[in-house]
Amino acid sequence: MPRPELQAPPEIFYNESEARKYTTSSRIIEIQAKISERAYELLALPDDGVPRFLLDIGCGSGLSGEIISEKGHHWIGLDVSPSMLDVALEREVDGDVMLADMGQGLALKPGSIDGAISISAVQWLCYADKSAHQPRLRLKAFFATLYRCLARGARAVLQIYAENIHQHEMIMSYAMRSGFAGGMVVDWPHSSKARKAYLVLTCGSTSFISSLPKAKGVDGETCSDGDDSEDEKNHTVCMSERNRARKKMKITKNVKGKEWVLKKKQQMRNRECSVPPDTKYTARKRKSRF
Amino acid sequence: MRLLTHNMLSCNIKGVTNGYPLTIEASKWMAKEVDFNGDFLRNIFVKIEWKVLIEAAKVMGYTDLPVEVDSSMLNSDEFLQKFHHALLEIHVEEGALICPETGRKFPVHKGIPNMLLNEDEV
Repeated sequence: MPRPELQAPPEIFYNESEARKYTTSSRIIEIQAKISERAYELLALPDDGVPRFLLDIGCGSGLSGEIISEKGHHWIGLDVSPSMLDVALEREVDGDVMLADMGQGLALKPGSIDGAISISAVQWLCYADKSAHQPRLRLKAFFATLYRCLARGARAVLQIYAENIHQHEMIMSYAMRSGFAGGMVVDWPHSSKARKAYLVLTCGSTSFISSLPKAKGVDGETCSDGDDSEDEKNHTVCMSERNRARKKMKITKNVKGKEWVLKKKQQMRNRECSVPPDTKYTARKRKSRF
Repeated sequence: MRLLTHNMLSCNIKGVTNGYPLTIEASKWMAKEVDFNGDFLRNIFVKIEWKVLIEAAKVMGYTDLPVEVDSSMLNSDEFLQKFHHALLEIHVEEGALICPETGRKFPVHKGIPNMLLNEDEV
């Protein structure tokens, strides 16, 4: 199936029938809930029982917001699709939702938000759906206003489905240019289906890069559906490389050495053939650049 | 839309330097009960523009909020209850938010403010 980003702009793609899937399809609901749980975990809010004020960017029908509500926090969400927000109203979500386009910048007061999450939304900014859209300007506006509205030391966790490495780089570079510190956490990097990339950003703290949370599923963990409990316990994995390590070049040991060459030359001389004299160059290895 | 959200919203039309606070024009509002949590109120208090909250609550006919506040009042349960009601329980259902500088109206429909900008406003 082609990517939704290539089919239509988000406010059109997420029409009523598409939005309906977010209330009826248990599979979509389950996946969304899982990603939201993980994003919340990466948000690493202090565990002091004080409810925070969070922002959900691209909240859609409020599935991710429900996870936030379950944890006892207040949230506001924004989405560009009216149909999805209608579904959110039907579901009677606890947070406030508003119709807004993140590419136009977030219309929020500076320093007002304690943390932001976004599930599968930010990659939409990489596409120009209208003639007035310029992905780079929209990314810039989004990250600049996100940085502004976050409180000092707050984190933003953005789960993204980038189409290719260039989109990854573009999103990352605009996040960094806006002043964020942080990086990418890739869960299950070797699986094409379960692979999830989270952009974990923090504002106002530069010592963060060293303490980037660990990704899941890197060191040979399996990623079948039934290992949830194991996921929770097993945090021994490390930040992933984007590419698999290359197999080391085989060093074949059966190259014949100088002794063998000298022996053969002597055999030829014994047969009275013309053989070049033995010098220091005989059977010497060529330089690697050859 | 709760008044908490209204307190955080500003207008981000290009060129607008002072897009805060948005004026509320409400034709329909309602109160919904929300669980009380004192910790959240104490935490959010520093981020709330008190004058904006008072003005917004007045539009909805709620005038019990004290005009002058300081952080010591956060220990009073009576004050917290009022604060809680104004901040989280009053919902604007229909109406509009108006940018103080340009007068641009952002309609609120079924409790959802429409903050989408036109192309010439970005």
